Amino acid sequence: MAASSSSNWVMESGDVPHVLAVDDNLIDRKLVEKLLRNSSCKVTTAENGPRALELLGLTSGGQNNMNGRSKVNMIITDYCMPGMTGYELLKKIKESSVMKEVPVVIMSSENIPTRINKCLEEGAQMFILKPLKQSDVRKLTCQLMN
Amino acid sequence: MDGIVQLQRQLVDYTASLFHEGFLDDQFNQLQQLQDESNPDFVVEVVTLFFEDAERLLNELTKTLGQPSIDFKRLDAHVHQLKGSSSSIGAQRIHRVCISFRNSCEEQNVEGCLKNLQQVKQEYSLVKSKLETLFRMEQQILAAGG
Repeated sequence: MAASSSSNWVMESGDVPHVLAVDDNLIDRKLVEKLLRNSSCKVTTAENGPRALELLGLTSGGQNNMNGRSKVNMIITDYCMPGMTGYELLKKIKESSVMKEVPVVIMSSENIPTRINKCLEEGAQMFILKPLKQSDVRKLTCQLMN
Repeated sequence: MDGIVQLQRQLVDYTASLFHEGFLDDQFNQLQQLQDESNPDFVVEVVTLFFEDAERLLNELTKTLGQPSIDFKRLDAHVHQLKGSSSSIGAQRIHRVCISFRNSCEEQNVEGCLKNLQQVKQEYSLVKSKLETLFRMEQQILAAGG
């Protein structure tokens, strides 16, 4: 991973990755949170795109709500959410000068190639099919940590 | 000691039967593997959340289908939620009925939707009772010192 002085997401050795997990489904949120914790990540969850943007400090006039030291190293989001989809959230993150380097992973229960390509083209790090398994999350966090 | 071994064997057999009869799939194993000393009640917690969420959704579905003019979009949104959470906990039969249910919604097939709702209620009731039995058996083993 390239280091950069303005980078929000470079891990210092000994740091625990901080992941923001976004999903409108309560059960899925609990599951992804546990999977990430089991992979030694610190987790913050959000139930929709606007809340996620708020937490990332990307809403107009917004302050970064997470304390200065808890920079987000990765965002994992569901695709199908009412209001703002995961794709729309991805776009907003990639449009932000501050957050655009943060890897964004999209999850979906539906295996639709055009959907997957669209997300990858917009800069998603990875697309994962639900239901999420430990091996999926391990793969992600390995990428993050090396 | 013998008593515990007996109980444990019964639990193993009962669990196997649930998989064999298609009530549960491998995703349930994923949940069990996530349970550890830091989270000894993880499976019960997630499944309980699922029960609460499913009941809420089933009520919503019943209400929506009872309207003089059926909002199929709303119906589909709820079925999508139930499909997602049932898949995430490994409740295979519910997940499958939800797939049919979504098709009925897409076709705006009222008869189909009514039938699917009946089916999903039935499957929910069955898996709930079976999982409650499973958890009770686990409790008995713990109580017996296992």
